[in-house]
Amino acid sequence: MRLLISILSGSIFGLGLLVSGMVDTTKVQGWLDVFGDWDPTLAFVMGGAILPMAVAWQIVNRKTKSLVGTQFPAPPVQEITPRLAIGSVLFGAGWGLAGLCPGPAIASLSFGGWQGLVFAASMIVGMILVALPSKLAQSA
Amino acid sequence: MLENSLVLGAIGGLMIGTAGAIYLLGNGRIMGASGIIGGVVDGSGRSTWRDRVGFLFGLIVAPWIALLVTGHQAVTHATSSIAVLVVAGLLVGLGTRIANGCTSGHGVCGISRLSLRGIIATLFYLVAGGVSVLLFKHVWGII
Repeated sequence: MRLLISILSGSIFGLGLLVSGMVDTTKVQGWLDVFGDWDPTLAFVMGGAILPMAVAWQIVNRKTKSLVGTQFPAPPVQEITPRLAIGSVLFGAGWGLAGLCPGPAIASLSFGGWQGLVFAASMIVGMILVALPSKLAQSA
Repeated sequence: MLENSLVLGAIGGLMIGTAGAIYLLGNGRIMGASGIIGGVVDGSGRSTWRDRVGFLFGLIVAPWIALLVTGHQAVTHATSSIAVLVVAGLLVGLGTRIANGCTSGHGVCGISRLSLRGIIATLFYLVAGGVSVLLFKHVWGII
């Protein structure tokens, strides 16, 4: 059941990325290009995505368990840490440079040619690098 | 042309939000792409392995589903500069794991529950993305 829900969610997410044009680096970079030929599409994607999610959070408030019986996520942590700011700045810099964020990067594996592969592989290396210090501390 | 792009953007956005709602109400988990990928590649998400692999499988096959239905192959228009792809990929991988979220987790799932962290993260990566395009495109002419 969990597997089916996950596959369904992943496919709809991927199709949404395709329909909205968020796998197209020119659209993403067009949104970020405030001083050039600005493309407002991303604001409509974000707005469209937030609506069903806002409804879902309201449903979460009225229920105790998910469909498969697991606990819902705890209320959001409100603490603003240096990690949050630094990480987001690094992510934004890379997002602007190539026009891809993690979701579209994975979706592009099946159609994005070698460019998608190189980007996704580099992204995965970056992710592993962040986990490395705690891994080494565990094994030491 | 632009109107078309905005309408498709909103429809695609609704689909992205619906996917997040299914993941949340179905599995009780937040649909954050970087967290889902990160937990697989660094081994930290063993207990929710099936959720993660199922989601990523769906995400990878989605373009094939779209191709079968529409006969239209999506394009990324990604750069062919290996240096740019590697540097940008590393920055996205490092940044999203350091900040513990990306456009889907902090952006879509965070803002929709008025999470202060999600809103602050989104402001930071949006501004950094804008500055990045300004510098790399208009100042240095790299992209």
